[in-house]
Amino acid sequence: MSEHHIKLSEESLQKQTTTLNLGPTHPATHGVFQNILEIDGERVLEATPTIGYIHRAFEKIAERRPYYQITPLTDRLNYCSSPINNMGWHMTIEKLLGLKLPKRVEYLRVIIMELARIADHLVCNSVIAVDTGALTGFTYVFQYREMIYEIFEEICGSRLTTNIGRVGGFERNFTQVAFQKLKKFLDKFPKALREFENLMNRNRIFMDRCIGAGPISAERALSYSFTGPNLRAAGVDYDVRVAQPYSSYEDFDFKIPVGTKGDVYDRYMVRNDEMWQSDSIIRQALEKIEAIEREFPEQKDVFYAKEADRYHLPPKEDVYTKMEALIYHFKMVMGEIDAPPGEVYHAVEGGNGEVGYYLISDGGRTPYRLHFRRPCFIYYQAYPEMITGGLLSDAVIALSSLNVIAGELDA
Amino acid sequence: MALTKEIIKERLTEKFGEQLTEWAEPYGMLTFTAPAEMNLKVMQFLYDDETLRFRFLTDLTGAHFPDRKGEELSVIYHLHSLENNIRLRMKVYTPIEKPDVFTATQLFAGANWMERETYDFFGVNFVGHPNLIRILNVDEMDYFPMRKEYPMEDPTRIDKDDEMFGRGGTVV
Repeated sequence: MSEHHIKLSEESLQKQTTTLNLGPTHPATHGVFQNILEIDGERVLEATPTIGYIHRAFEKIAERRPYYQITPLTDRLNYCSSPINNMGWHMTIEKLLGLKLPKRVEYLRVIIMELARIADHLVCNSVIAVDTGALTGFTYVFQYREMIYEIFEEICGSRLTTNIGRVGGFERNFTQVAFQKLKKFLDKFPKALREFENLMNRNRIFMDRCIGAGPISAERALSYSFTGPNLRAAGVDYDVRVAQPYSSYEDFDFKIPVGTKGDVYDRYMVRNDEMWQSDSIIRQALEKIEAIEREFPEQKDVFYAKEADRYHLPPKEDVYTKMEALIYHFKMVMGEIDAPPGEVYHAVEGGNGEVGYYLISDGGRTPYRLHFRRPCFIYYQAYPEMITGGLLSDAVIALSSLNVIAGELDA
Repeated sequence: MALTKEIIKERLTEKFGEQLTEWAEPYGMLTFTAPAEMNLKVMQFLYDDETLRFRFLTDLTGAHFPDRKGEELSVIYHLHSLENNIRLRMKVYTPIEKPDVFTATQLFAGANWMERETYDFFGVNFVGHPNLIRILNVDEMDYFPMRKEYPMEDPTRIDKDDEMFGRGGTVV
């Protein structure tokens, strides 16, 4: 038996400090994770995180699943931005198979990923506001997250755990309604984000609460293998979209916002600016898609790579009318599609940082080994260091500003 | 001058000679295998060397290869030289009876939990790790679940008598 973390009573009688259980289910933790804090008054002396409450053994499950059935597992990593995880997984397989996608498909993917990033950052930033006591912004921007989810719903049929896209492209083409919804979102979102900014960014109370809370230096952040907005808030301009562009991100013009101190306020501001960049990327992508469609009208119907036929579930009407489509459909659903042997690492810039897929294939129909590099899991270990010596209330906003998602933490 | 895979390979071979083996470039990532007892030396060299500067540990994980007798467990490091924007993959293999590998926690603070995870699932013993205990699984667990001798349940098995879930049993 291992030692129990909670101290016994004789010991606690002598103690001058208090042991406090923050979590596993606490409204301020926004997920199932426990922190055993040793506090002196309001000051945190020591923190011991316990994780694994929703560990679902995805890496083991993946070893028995055909490739297309692993996509729903990736949904449940960072469930605030599942489309990015889905796309990252498809791209990993495409890398393994050596597939090249048409530009239109890549731009459509960029739109989906950037929408997901906005949704992810909206949740994170509005929750920071909630934890500092400002509930208004949260209820206000959630309308726009809802609009994003409606777009996802129009494209793939589900909202939160999307299972969007397939190896080689998408399961179906974007409908006109999807584009209409997207345009409606682009019309309304900037105004709402501007209002949210006006509410929070230079709000004296908010600034006083956030500046200097839960800081981490660039050096420590790098040592802790931070990635994503949390690393950029510390002042390191590392972004996978720029460093190793995937899905044609090199065609877009956008900035990487960076902070200086790596505190809660910097993380908030970096995410805030990233939403503007995402908004601009989506607009650019729409323009590019329209340009492609103007020049090559037949491209309108392209939503997956033709070379991916063997790996891409054919549309249902083809399955009922065409022999090849029926064969492919049957083979895929029965999981009889083998992938070539190989070893791939592919990374995408997720909502929280570098989401990596390390895949060893032995040539079978399932991975031999699949490892998810989950940014949350990696940077959450720095949490005790970030909150030690600070106030308990700072620890709470530091947690929400790190945007720790329990699904990604525990896999 | 931009750092290339050739330069990395050259520098490493210059320093460690024949000890680094299995050089490959699957899907464009430089990959090699180091002897298990050398992992830290190689990483320290990659970290300190002024031209290489691999100072970011992207990922650390394990894998189990029951067919590689005498070196069944593998630990895989993905290192990133952020300034040169180049990645590499280093592997070490260790016998399953005595899976000792030196810890990287002195070099990278982030290796702490990644090594705990690898220990938790594969049972790799990271020598010198400050707190090598299970992280995602329950503390009472007495096996390492990601090893290949624990296969996932076969969905076609019929030995379970479970009418509710359609495995075996008798339909009345």
